[in-house]
Amino acid sequence: MARLTINGKAQDIDVDPNTPLLWALREQVGLTGTKYGCGIAQCGACTVHIDGVAVRSCSLPVSDAVGKQITTIEGLAQNGILHRVQKAWLEGDVPQCGYCQSGMIMAVAALLKEKPKPTDADINDAITNICRCGTFQQVRAAIHAAAANA
Amino acid sequence: MNHIQQMNRRTFVVSAAAVGGGLMFGMDIPLGPQVVRAADGSPEVNAWVVIRPDDTVVIRMARSEMGQGTITGLAQLVAEELECDWSKVTTEYPTPGQSVARKRVWGDMSTGGSRGIRNSHEYVRKGGAAARMMLVQAAANEWKVPASECTASNSVITHSPSGRTTTFGKVAEAAAKLEPPAEIKLKDPKDWKIAGKPLQRLDTADKINGKMIYGIDVKLPGMLNAAIKDCPVFGGKVKSLDTAKVAGMPGVKKVVQVGDTAVAVIGDTWWQAKSALDALPIVWDEGPNVKVSSATIAEALKTGLDAEQAFIGNQNGDAKAAIASAAKKVEAVYSYPYQNHAAMEPLNATALYTADKCEVWCGTQNGEAAFAAVLAASGLPANKCDVHKQMLGGGFGRRGAFHDYVSQAVLIAKQMPGTPVKLLWSREEDMVHGRYHPVTQCKLVGAFDKDNNLTALHARISGQSILTAVRLEALENGKDPATFQGFAPAGEAMIGYSFPNLLVDHAMHNPPVPPGFWRGVNINHNAIYLECFMDELAHAAGQDPLEFRRKLMTKHPKHLGVLNAVAERVGWGKPAPQGVFRGLAQHMGYGSYVAAVAEISVEGGNKIKIHRIVGATDPGFAVNPAQIDRQVAGSFVYGLSALFYGECTVKDGAIEQTNFDTYDSLRIANMPKVESIVMPTGGTPWGGVGEPTICVAAPAVLNAFFAATGKRIRSVPLKNLNIAFA
Repeated sequence: MARLTINGKAQDIDVDPNTPLLWALREQVGLTGTKYGCGIAQCGACTVHIDGVAVRSCSLPVSDAVGKQITTIEGLAQNGILHRVQKAWLEGDVPQCGYCQSGMIMAVAALLKEKPKPTDADINDAITNICRCGTFQQVRAAIHAAAANA
Repeated sequence: MNHIQQMNRRTFVVSAAAVGGGLMFGMDIPLGPQVVRAADGSPEVNAWVVIRPDDTVVIRMARSEMGQGTITGLAQLVAEELECDWSKVTTEYPTPGQSVARKRVWGDMSTGGSRGIRNSHEYVRKGGAAARMMLVQAAANEWKVPASECTASNSVITHSPSGRTTTFGKVAEAAAKLEPPAEIKLKDPKDWKIAGKPLQRLDTADKINGKMIYGIDVKLPGMLNAAIKDCPVFGGKVKSLDTAKVAGMPGVKKVVQVGDTAVAVIGDTWWQAKSALDALPIVWDEGPNVKVSSATIAEALKTGLDAEQAFIGNQNGDAKAAIASAAKKVEAVYSYPYQNHAAMEPLNATALYTADKCEVWCGTQNGEAAFAAVLAASGLPANKCDVHKQMLGGGFGRRGAFHDYVSQAVLIAKQMPGTPVKLLWSREEDMVHGRYHPVTQCKLVGAFDKDNNLTALHARISGQSILTAVRLEALENGKDPATFQGFAPAGEAMIGYSFPNLLVDHAMHNPPVPPGFWRGVNINHNAIYLECFMDELAHAAGQDPLEFRRKLMTKHPKHLGVLNAVAERVGWGKPAPQGVFRGLAQHMGYGSYVAAVAEISVEGGNKIKIHRIVGATDPGFAVNPAQIDRQVAGSFVYGLSALFYGECTVKDGAIEQTNFDTYDSLRIANMPKVESIVMPTGGTPWGGVGEPTICVAAPAVLNAFFAATGKRIRSVPLKNLNIAFA
């Protein structure tokens, strides 16, 4: 059993505390927007925010998330208003298959929190998610659009 | 679906083939008052178009969406002819079971080979046009006026003389009772208002908030989860397993064998199932391939480069004689490795099996092939099976011709009757049980006369045949025509040069590593072989690579058109910025003509920075130019990932790379600026856009690398040569 605060809501979850947070979110909590891609923190499809910081949830045990604010893609919009990164993604028609995009958007939202006007070099350093469809050109444009929208 | 004929798998396959040549364009509407209804009760005007009373237009799609925007493009084509309000369009997939029950009214579901739009545009447009004509006729009937006095636009039907109007939603019920029109005239593409426009995709909103359901996200009441391990050595089997070791682990429900080769653990959650599988002692009978390695495969292929026997794919004149009498010869050997698709969503399928029904939920590039897999694995007839297609987290060919993951899911579910089971492969399983981009080598010889004119080209490909592994019936007296993709004398992957003497032949070697269709596949290596060697020939002749090509392309105006377009965009022939070097390539694949120029700089001899890639595409018609731009940019990512990192090596009969740490993929930091030129020149057949550009990425960069360093690279990936992104 673990008490987790997910998207602002505290809940008790019946899970082995060694389970990666990704699987607790997907299987116990039922939030499937966070995706499994590699399981070894390489691809970033599972990125969530822990206390506002982008973390790859496939490699974080549930026990390490106890007492912290967990935000998933489902909790990024506030009161039905899309986050500016989501808005930029929608306007830029960024996703192709879309599978990696939850993680990509979460990584970008965390970057913009830290660096509201990231340079291309900032983006290159911070955004290391894999997208096999190859949306990076649209991702970069949408990051700058979201930053301009702050 | 109670009227489905009893069918077993054999009759399904036979009847599918029998009607495949004569599609009915979605107009199998029963005559008389009986209306075919969608699940919500809304009337089908025809199989492609359902209109709800609130004017929502539901467009049915047989092809799958896996990222390329296919569904949006097809909907644009239907909506164009339907004259509906684009803002009211939504889409849905009919199931393969429904399609079979209705004599394959929706036609081919296969979504591969960049075929999604180009092979169905005509009949989906006719479906839209027929529905419009029936809706207009229904309004005319109600008003008791000739249909010729009525027009449809934006989901509104207007009787011009009286000014009366009605909406599609109001007449859909009556339209659904009408006989479909016998003659359908399609619009001239120059009159398109919805098709041909850079519209936004229909599926973006759910892809930015976590709502989109992929196969991996399917949830059914009481569902259990399975993790699987197939014998890592190709051709091996399960010898024994010690289930007692994991029986007591948390959540474990059952350990099952899947066929002769695999073991699955079924658990409450996938993480529990996977944890138990990792702890399960399995003894493998590794079979006959345990000594196979990349080195043994390369040795075997090498013998094919000079073998007497080879299948001829293209020839004119007498290339061998011209080479024998040449004043100068240029010779080079290239090679291309195994590569995995590595779609972001690992393979998965959810199956529910009972004694008289089997249903599967999965992402698939071919609903009918998934359906056939369900029939075969379940042993049930077609009217007791179905497949519910989900969004694909990437396909790239892996989810098209191969439904091993579907078969496995059914075989597992059969051992848990009445309980839905979701099978999910780990990334590691996905990596070691791919259907790999085939391995080939190519020896090229060019001949010049004493005046430095190119007189002959011989390209000998040695290596693996995909069709031999997956579609034997497509072989031509043993020859695999797909191996000549991009070298072919005619068709959708035609060579773009006329050589005085030409021979392209293939010595087939099929190692025991299963090959498969891969995004682009044979054009990816053939374009490297041909386009890099063309650069070698130009260099040997002391000529500019563009001018050298142009002289051989006078009879190939569309190939030349895209090549000229990229050359003009970069200012080929004028100096590049200081330290920047250019390389170019052109090719044809999947009915489209593509070309690229890469502009790169090289630091320290081995660090490449790609400043810009310009790509031109002539697909005949452009249904959605904005989505084509995205496919071009994405194709460069796929092609550059393959060039820099993509290799699956074989050791002891198994693939060595097990995850993205050893099988890397391009990240945003190395994404070059892509400029896409979409230049449709009309004609038929239409070309596809999901794949072709991939093949020009690598040769453009490799030719630029030569321009920068004077070094020819003839094997990939670059990581093996200690060459990386700067």
